[in-house]
Amino acid sequence: MPRSASRYGLRFVALGYLLVVLIAPLAMVFWRAFDKGGDHLWQSLSDPNTVHAFKLTLIIAAIAVPLNTIFGIICGLAIVRQRFPGAGIVNAIVDLPLAISPVVVGLSLFLLFGRTGWFGPWFQHHGIQMLFALPSMVIATIFVSLPFVAREVVPTLREIGDEQEQAARTLGAGAWTTFWRITLPAIRWAVIYGVVLTTARCLGEYGAVAVVSGHIEGQTETATLRVQDAYENFDLPGAYGISLVLAVISVLVLVAMTLLKPKESSP
Amino acid sequence: MRRSSRRPSEGAQAALSLGFTTAYLSAIVILPIAALVWASRADGVGSFWEVASSPEAVAALKLSLGAALVVAAVNALLGTITAWVLVRDEFHGKQFVNALIDLPFALPTIVAGLTLLALYGPSSPVGISIAFTRTAIVAALLFVTLPFVVRTVQPVLLELDRETEEAARSLGAGELRVFRSIILPNILPGILSGVALAFARAVGEIGALVLISGNLPFKTEVASVFVFNHIQSGDQAGAAAVAVVMLLISFGILLAIGGVRFLATRHERA
Amino acid sequence: MSIQVRNISKRFGDFQALDDVSVEVEGGSLTALLGPSGSGKSTLLRIIAGLEWPDGGDILLAGEDATTVAPQQRGVGFVFQHYAAFKHMTVRDNIAFGLKVRKRPRDEIRARVAELLALVQLEGFGDRYPAQLSGGQRQRMALARALAPEPKVLLLDEPFGALDARVRAELRRWLRRLHDETHTTTVFVTHDQEEAMEVADNVVVMNRGRVEQAATPADLYDAPANEFVMSFVGHATRLGGSWVRPHDLEVVLDADESTREALVERVVNLGFEVRAELVSGEDERFNVQLSRDEADRLELERGQIVFVRLVRETVFG
Repeated sequence: MPRSASRYGLRFVALGYLLVVLIAPLAMVFWRAFDKGGDHLWQSLSDPNTVHAFKLTLIIAAIAVPLNTIFGIICGLAIVRQRFPGAGIVNAIVDLPLAISPVVVGLSLFLLFGRTGWFGPWFQHHGIQMLFALPSMVIATIFVSLPFVAREVVPTLREIGDEQEQAARTLGAGAWTTFWRITLPAIRWAVIYGVVLTTARCLGEYGAVAVVSGHIEGQTETATLRVQDAYENFDLPGAYGISLVLAVISVLVLVAMTLLKPKESSP
Repeated sequence: MRRSSRRPSEGAQAALSLGFTTAYLSAIVILPIAALVWASRADGVGSFWEVASSPEAVAALKLSLGAALVVAAVNALLGTITAWVLVRDEFHGKQFVNALIDLPFALPTIVAGLTLLALYGPSSPVGISIAFTRTAIVAALLFVTLPFVVRTVQPVLLELDRETEEAARSLGAGELRVFRSIILPNILPGILSGVALAFARAVGEIGALVLISGNLPFKTEVASVFVFNHIQSGDQAGAAAVAVVMLLISFGILLAIGGVRFLATRHERA
Repeated sequence: MSIQVRNISKRFGDFQALDDVSVEVEGGSLTALLGPSGSGKSTLLRIIAGLEWPDGGDILLAGEDATTVAPQQRGVGFVFQHYAAFKHMTVRDNIAFGLKVRKRPRDEIRARVAELLALVQLEGFGDRYPAQLSGGQRQRMALARALAPEPKVLLLDEPFGALDARVRAELRRWLRRLHDETHTTTVFVTHDQEEAMEVADNVVVMNRGRVEQAATPADLYDAPANEFVMSFVGHATRLGGSWVRPHDLEVVLDADESTREALVERVVNLGFEVRAELVSGEDERFNVQLSRDEADRLELERGQIVFVRLVRETVFG
C-alpha cells in the first residue's frame, strides 16, 4: 500500500536536507585541499609545526581515551550494579560535559589553575606548569570526552542484567575473575563503541583546549588549533591540508561507528 | 524486613568503585565548574550582574539563544522527517545515508567551520556568500546539531507497535489522523530530548563558529565567542559572567531533558 | 454481513502464505479459522480486514467487492493477539477512538463508552492506562474498542493466545455469549482446536495456505475429510493402516478373534475420565479413553495385559 506521493516527497526532503547540510561541506574539504596540487599539500603537511601539532593531538588522545575508558567502565558498574542513593546525580554529572560549552570548560580550568586560581599557586610553587602546557590541555580533553564510554556501558549493563555474574559467583568465581571473565566480555562492544566516540571527540576538540593552551606554535598547538591558526595567517592550503587529514580520520571513525553501533538503534 | 544482603567483599567493591568515580568526577568536572561559579561572584553579585547585563554580553546571549531556537525548530521538523525516512522507507544506499548522519559527531568542528566557509563564503563555488552573517551561524549550527533529533527519534520509531497503527486504521482513522493521534504522541518525548540536546549544543558551540561568524560584536558575536574573546583580552570577569549564564542554561536544559523523560513514562507507572 | 473469500492468494517473498483459498462466512455466524502456525489463517484474516492486500482473488463483504477498499472504510472491527492498546491514552479514550474519528457528538460517545465498559466489565477502569491493566483486562478493552463503532464484522486474531489458561477459558465463553446477543458476524483465528470446537458455529481448517475442510465442529470430528483434519481436530492414532479415536477402542479382559493384545504402560487419571496408554506388538503406541467406572471395572493398572477391540475406524483413500 505505497502512498507514493507523500513517500517520495518525504524522501526528497530528507535526502535534500542531508545533501546540503552534510555532503556538500565534506566534498569541499577534499576539493580545496588539492586546490594547489598534491605536492603543495604534502609540503604544508610536513611543516614541522604541523607535524608537532598532529603528534600533540595524538599524545593527548593517548592519555585521555584510556583514562576515560577506565572511568566509564567503573562508573557504569557503580551506577548500575551498586544501588546507592545519588546514582541519579552521578549519572547527571556524567552527562554534564555534553551540555556545557567547551569555552566554559576552558575558562573553568583557566580559573582553577591560573595565577589567582584555587590550585594555581600550588602548582606554580611545585614548578609544574598547568596552563599553556600539556597538563591543562589533557584535563580539558578528558572533561569534554568524559561521558561517552559510560553512556554506552550503562544501558548495556542494564540490559544484560547480572544473572551471568550471579551464575559465575555460584560457580566459585571471585570478584576480579567475574569482572574480567564475565562482565567485561559482555560489555566489550559497548566499550569499543564508546572508545571510538571518545577518540573522535578528543581528536576534534577545539574550544576548551584553545582557551587553556595559548596556541603557542610548535608547543601547545593541537591539529585543530593549527587549522585555525593557518587560516588566520592566510595559509589556506595549510588549513585545508590539515582539515583533509582530520576529515579522512573522521570518515574512518564514521566507518568504525557504523560497524560497531549497538544493534537496537540501527534501522 | 530487609537485611543488607551485601557480603563484606561486595561492600568493599562498592566503596572502591564509588570512591573512584566520585574522585574522578570531582577532579575533572565538579572542581572546575565550582571554580568558575566562585570566580564569577568574586567581586560580589552586583558586579557579576553588571557584566552579565552589559549591552555586548546581552546581545551575544540573545544571538546564541535565538540561533539555537531556530536550529532547534528546524531540527525538530527535518530531523524527525529524516528519522522517519530512515526507518520506514527503503531505498538503495539507505545504510550509507544512515551512517552519514553521524558525520558531525566524527568531524572536528573547526573543520566543519572551515568547509562551510569555503562553501558559503566569499569564494563560494555555488555563489552563495553568507559568511560573517547570522545566516552563516545558523548554517554552521545546523551542521553540528544534525544528528541529535535524528538519533533520538530513530529508536523510538523502531520500537513503535505497528499494530496500534493498524488498529487505528481499522477504527476508521486516515493516515494523517494515525500520525497525529497514534505516532506523534509516542515519538514526542524522543523529539523533545533530541531538541534539548541540539539546543544545548547550539548554545555552546565554538569550533564551527570561530571562523565563519566573523565575531562582530552586536552583530554576529555569539556568547561562546564573547567568552573566548574576553579571555584572550584578559577580561576574565566578563568572560566568567557570561560563562556562568551559559552554564545555567546548560543545567536548565539537562533538567528539561530529565523532566521530559519523567513525563514520557508517566503512563507506564502503575 | 456475509463474507465471501474467492480464490485468494498471497505470497511473502518465496513463501506462499495463501494458495487459492475460498471461504464462505454466513452473515451473523461465528466462524473459526483453525490451523497450525504458518497455515495462513492470520494472513487471511488480515486480508479480510484490509490490513494486507492479496496478490490474487477477491473479497466480498455483504455481496460487494471490497478487495481494494481501505481498512478505514470496511466497517470491520479488529482485535489483535497482543492487544495493540493505545498506551498513551486512557481506557476510556481507547474505546472512544473509533467514535471520535467518526466525529460523533460528545454525549453519544460518553454514553456508548459507558455502555461498553459495562459490557466488558471494566467499569471503574475508564481513567486508567493500559499499562495498569492485566492482560485479560487489556484484551477486554480492545474488544470494547473494536465494538464501539458498531462494526458489521468482528475479526479477532488469536485474541486469547497471550493470556493464561483460566482467563482464556473465561473470555472464550464470554465471546460466545456476546455473539449470541449481538449476532455480529465474527471470525476468529486460533491454533487451539479445543477453542475452535467450543466457541464456533463453523470451523475452517487450514494448513500450509490451503483450506483442508470447512464444516461444523461435529462434522469435522465425525467426518474428517483427510488425515490432517482427523489428527489435528481431536486425538487420533494410527493403528495398522487406519485412524482410530481414543474412545473408538474397547478394552476387555478376554481375547477373541476381533481383539489384539496390548500392554498397559501408564494409567492417567484425568479426574472425570481415565486415559490408558497402551503398547501393542512392536512399539505400536496408542491411547484409549475410558470412563472412571469402566477403568475401575477392569482394575486397570500398569503392566497389565489387556485386549482391545476396534469399535470404529477411519481410512482415507
